[in-house]
Amino acid sequence: MKEKAMQWVFLAAASISILAVALICIFLFANGVPAIQKIGIFNFLTGIKWKPSNELFGIFPMILGSIYVTAGAIIIGVPLGMLCAVFLAHFCPEKLYKIIKPAIELLAGIPSIVYGFFGLVVLVPIMQNLFGGSGKGVLTASILLGIMILPTVIGVAEAAIRAVPNTYYEGALALGITHERSVFFTVVPAAKQGIFAGVVLGIGRAIGETMAVIMVAGNQAIIPTGLFSGVRTLTANIVMEMGYAADLHREALLGTAVVLFVFILIINLSFSFLKRRDS
Amino acid sequence: METKAINNISYKEKIKGYKKDPFSALLLVLVVLAAVITMGVLVSLVVYIVAKGVPNITPELFAWEYNTENVSMMPAIINTLIITLVSLFFAVPIGIFSAIYLAEYAKRGNRFIPVVRLTTETLAGIPSIVFGLFGYLLFNIYLGWGYSILGGALTLAIMILPLIMRTTEEALLSVSDMYREGSFGLGAGKLRTVFRIVLPSAVPGILSGVILSIGRIVGETAALLYPAGTAPVVPSSMMESGRTLAVHMYALLNEGLYTEQAYATAVVLLVLVIGINALSAFIAKRVGVKG
Repeated sequence: MKEKAMQWVFLAAASISILAVALICIFLFANGVPAIQKIGIFNFLTGIKWKPSNELFGIFPMILGSIYVTAGAIIIGVPLGMLCAVFLAHFCPEKLYKIIKPAIELLAGIPSIVYGFFGLVVLVPIMQNLFGGSGKGVLTASILLGIMILPTVIGVAEAAIRAVPNTYYEGALALGITHERSVFFTVVPAAKQGIFAGVVLGIGRAIGETMAVIMVAGNQAIIPTGLFSGVRTLTANIVMEMGYAADLHREALLGTAVVLFVFILIINLSFSFLKRRDS
Repeated sequence: METKAINNISYKEKIKGYKKDPFSALLLVLVVLAAVITMGVLVSLVVYIVAKGVPNITPELFAWEYNTENVSMMPAIINTLIITLVSLFFAVPIGIFSAIYLAEYAKRGNRFIPVVRLTTETLAGIPSIVFGLFGYLLFNIYLGWGYSILGGALTLAIMILPLIMRTTEEALLSVSDMYREGSFGLGAGKLRTVFRIVLPSAVPGILSGVILSIGRIVGETAALLYPAGTAPVVPSSMMESGRTLAVHMYALLNEGLYTEQAYATAVVLLVLVIGINALSAFIAKRVGVKG
């Protein structure tokens, strides 16, 4: 009797995560979609002017902004993270590993507001000195986000590289090629699906990052014209204006969140799909 | 006499090998460089924040009262503590129970399991700003609570749920089946086996997951901004607004007048997070030794 009851309690607990996702979908869509309909889905997604005072709600610059800084973060973070994962899995002496591995986990634990602050007081002045201008923009945001996705990319890529059977490496070595070539031309290609899953997860992190990005991106609601041009992401758009927005403006911000959420869902589902296919 | 492996190569021979194959040397340099850059970024971040922040830490910053002349972080520290405890109060039992269902009760081929896994993964990937807006829409608007500590804590409870579920499930699965069989053999039922035998053996793993989620709560800003608001005081009830340490830091930066205090707050946050991570790693390591 008690056994049966507790089993139902456990089942109920397990259903809560399903309930949570359902609630998040319902509340976001119910509040955001009407605004998108009112503005017109075409005007909303492809409009290039965001001027809430003139009732102009086009989020195309922000969609592009999110894509630009995410792409930048991937260009910077993925090669670095992948090489670092290779180092951890096949080059690192055991003693050093015991220091580096926890350090990288710490990198994942640092709050995004601290990253943003670091970007604001260190990265932005450096960019100002090197390239002039405000120092805030696409490149600065990309570098900061590239750093922030490092632990994600390293973690997933290292696990994927370690999962490759050792016989690949030994076989290559036995054929007479060097340690480096064995690792890079037999082990890494065999792990490419897992590494790719890490990249997808990194994209999800980068596109959803908020607090760090608003500190260093400049946040102008315009289509960025270059690497040093100010940029506003979807997430920044919400945080910048949610505090004072009302009526249609507020609903348009919730619509922005819906667009962001759909992006994230697509990325998450493709990550789950990749992981399943891998295993 | 020392025995030598037959494939042992001296450093001289190694360098000679790299001279013959410069591409391998290049790969080696790239790999080491990547590790050096990654560590360099971490070290410079920590050193810079600590060096700039520690001189700005003054006793006044830990005064009980917050006002515009002295932007004390004490109320924020207390709020962080409250929100952490309340979030854990909700998330830990639900997370552990879910994991028990997934690891101990669900049968192979159960159709419910893939759905739970998919939603848990989805939940883990949702950005904190989306959690923040959801909490705002559900608690502040729909339930009419307005800005409240409770709404913030519940939002964070949902956010850390997947982390607790995953770490607990891993801890449960790592408990050897011999324990279960032994318990069943002595005549204990399923429930007793789970609570008396399996769960106690998994405690260190669960604990390390719980501590990791404390780290996430302490560092969270975007998910708290809208449900819990930014009032710089310790609220008199759970239904009022209050800011945590990370939100406090955001508010200081947003006002733009308190950079020194922001440095000091950053140090406190950083030290907290480093301590929490170290504790979690320490506990997780002890599990490794035991298992």
